[in-house]
Amino acid sequence: MRYVTPSGFVGKGPWLFYNLATPSELMTTNLLTQNMTQSPTPILQVQNLSKTFAGVKALDNVPLTVQRGEVHALMGENGAGKSTLMKILIGLHTPDAGEVIFDGHPLPYGDVHEILKRGISMIHQELQVVPELTVAQNIFLGRETTGGLFSRLNDRRQEKEAGLLLAQMGVDIRPGRKMKHLSVAEMQMVEIAKAISNQAKVIIMDEPTSALSDKEVATLFRIIGELKQNGVAIIYISHKMEEIFAIADTITVLRDGQYMDTQPAAGLNRNSLIAMMVGREIDSLFPESVPRKGQEVLSVRNLSRAGKFTDINFTVHEGEVLGLAGLMGAGRTEIARAIFGLDRPERGDIYIKGQKADIRSPQDAIRNGIGYVSEDRKALGFIPGLSVKQNITLASLPSHAKGGLIQDKAETEAAAKMVADLKIKTAGMHQKVTYLSGGNQQKVVIGKVLLASPDLIILDEPTRGIDIGAKSEIYKLINQLTAHGLAVIMISSELPEIIGMSDRVVVLSQGRQTATLSREEATPETIMAYAMHD
Amino acid sequence: MIPTQKPQSTYLNQVGEAYKTRLRGLSTYGILLAFLVVCVVLSLVTPRFLTIPNLTIVVTQVSINALLAFGVTFVIITGGIDLSIGSMVAVTGVVAAMFAHPDTYPVGVPLLMGLLAGLLFGAFNGFVITRSKVHPFIITLGTMTMGRGLALILSKGRPISNLSDAFNFIGGGQVLGIPMPIIILVVMFILCSIALHKTVLGRYMYAVGGNEQAARASGINLSKVKMVVYTLCGGLAGLAGIVLTSRITTGQPNAGAGFELNAIAAAIIGGTSTSGGTGTMTGTLIGALLIGVISNGLDLLNVTSYYQQVVMGIIIIGAVVLDSWNQNKNNS
Repeated sequence: MRYVTPSGFVGKGPWLFYNLATPSELMTTNLLTQNMTQSPTPILQVQNLSKTFAGVKALDNVPLTVQRGEVHALMGENGAGKSTLMKILIGLHTPDAGEVIFDGHPLPYGDVHEILKRGISMIHQELQVVPELTVAQNIFLGRETTGGLFSRLNDRRQEKEAGLLLAQMGVDIRPGRKMKHLSVAEMQMVEIAKAISNQAKVIIMDEPTSALSDKEVATLFRIIGELKQNGVAIIYISHKMEEIFAIADTITVLRDGQYMDTQPAAGLNRNSLIAMMVGREIDSLFPESVPRKGQEVLSVRNLSRAGKFTDINFTVHEGEVLGLAGLMGAGRTEIARAIFGLDRPERGDIYIKGQKADIRSPQDAIRNGIGYVSEDRKALGFIPGLSVKQNITLASLPSHAKGGLIQDKAETEAAAKMVADLKIKTAGMHQKVTYLSGGNQQKVVIGKVLLASPDLIILDEPTRGIDIGAKSEIYKLINQLTAHGLAVIMISSELPEIIGMSDRVVVLSQGRQTATLSREEATPETIMAYAMHD
Repeated sequence: MIPTQKPQSTYLNQVGEAYKTRLRGLSTYGILLAFLVVCVVLSLVTPRFLTIPNLTIVVTQVSINALLAFGVTFVIITGGIDLSIGSMVAVTGVVAAMFAHPDTYPVGVPLLMGLLAGLLFGAFNGFVITRSKVHPFIITLGTMTMGRGLALILSKGRPISNLSDAFNFIGGGQVLGIPMPIIILVVMFILCSIALHKTVLGRYMYAVGGNEQAARASGINLSKVKMVVYTLCGGLAGLAGIVLTSRITTGQPNAGAGFELNAIAAAIIGGTSTSGGTGTMTGTLIGALLIGVISNGLDLLNVTSYYQQVVMGIIIIGAVVLDSWNQNKNNS
């Protein structure tokens, strides 16, 4: 038995030091034991791994070697094959060909449970927690008892053990709290605790910082450091360069399902890494644009929604990008949802081209020429069971129909043009959107919104979780849109993006508008100062 | 709006097309194959199966279940369920019978009243479901009981007989040797297929069932789609009620009990997923035919109806399990 059960701690693993007093003490002790037990062979060796989906090679002869106790960054554009590789490692996919040796034994492909037991855990980008259970119950989920299905649960004991574990990690989360009351960062810590209690030897982290504040990132990195010292290998997937260089020992790059290279992080810099990833140097991420400010498209006046945002005032003009900046929870997405009719504001007015508009639903918003690309494309973006074509035309379907009957030719042409314009990589118009990579799914959603011919498009975190190459394409697209007279509201958590793209920036802090800055005024320091304004 | 880039490679398109037929066709072809296998086996073990008179009887018998299954397919694709269709058959049958006595009204009146009763009942379902936001399972469980009571109230608990010949022709007559129920079945199949696969409304049904929130954000009026879908389902149940009443030449307040389960079974065997967003009319039709053929075959083989129910249950479970295996294979 290599993993912890609440009723009997097996003292074999490096993370089970319940008798030790302080984490630091525990760390030193462990380093010693770890050094003694650590063998020089890599913990994970992948060779010639291949996987094909619907005729598209997601992985083509990919190797990967991960050493014990290293942080191994896995990088690549969307659709490079990172997710597929990870899903094979945790047993969600079965490879077509190739070999995976984990801890000296072949990996039992497709056996999620066995793989977890042997020590590969993944912290998913979209955390997989049971919101109604407590922290402790989540940590020990599936390993509640040593007895059978009907043996008695012992919550207090679980909580005690979970508390010890969290204390050792140096995070302050009460194990009796319900998961749903935790912040994203806290949930992530619980997931890590779960992996540790699972005696994970390899922990895969997929974009772990995408919803974390700087302080929370620091905590995460400290814990990663401690895991490393204990011989745990981390496979770290992220698009954030600063993070990669701050934390990774080794970097492996995939491109279009193929292995590019593996190099020590110390030998790489930003530009050489980007070049490896995209196969081309990106000179300027943010394309030059000539501001062509036209007539006012949207004006919001004193827009308020209790507990979310208060007295928001701004205007957007044709050909202009208005950036909405702020920290998590500043109310940016909530404002976008209110403008798009997904939520009702309690107070305030929305004017479209000078006319007061009564927007009660997304239908009203679309009729008024507003398009919204959500930050959460899975929940609000696309319909998984429908094809690329059907998703793209969904918001404008009546205009491809006569008397309620869909005109197949008109529909196909409209969708095909969008696929070509946005360079959506798909095996065909009838491919289901589920099978596309994240970046291409995002493009499908953007295509859907554009096909409804909006005058104003709200892009909520349009580049979240997508790689530099696709980011650059999205930026170019935004400039093409404004060049054609569209007004754009862009919500982003990335300061360089806000500064690089926006003509004006509205800064929000805790639901209040703290500044409206011109392009010249919008420096990182100013925006940050207003974003943290009380 | 955006300058057009070079068109997509045709190779990629071909791969996509091949993929599409494989994926979308899987469950429909699977059920068609099962249907053909059952037919072949039955024609081998009993010579009476593959005869025109027998097959005509099978399809005539299937027609009522198929009409109900078409309606419930719309509902299930949007992610809902309708348990009240059996009761609707009774209500609409009784209503139609009330206007169908000889020398009272022309035959159009009972027809129209029966349909109208179904549409209204369905619209009521849709209204309560969209307003209350309570799961349709619960709402239609309630209206199922209400409907049964309504049918008993309207008929004062007694069967309504003595119906006009013109009315009885709808379920019992023939045109060019083809029984009317079969003609109605074919016409409604074509209309429902067009509605589901060729119209904006049909696409919206898939969207609502596939991802309700994304459908809403795409500007689809969820309540409207659901209202229409439940109303359509009610209308088809009304038609089924009329055909049944006409066939048995009596408005029976107890008719249609348990029909909802057979209709839902036909849809599910035909590949409609209960989680919404998938399903085809062809699949549902074959599902209904398969149920009909099997029970006919068991009749011919002198298997008692008690055993038939057990067999039918096994088939429903088998079909769903097979389908879910197929889907898992496709997803991984």
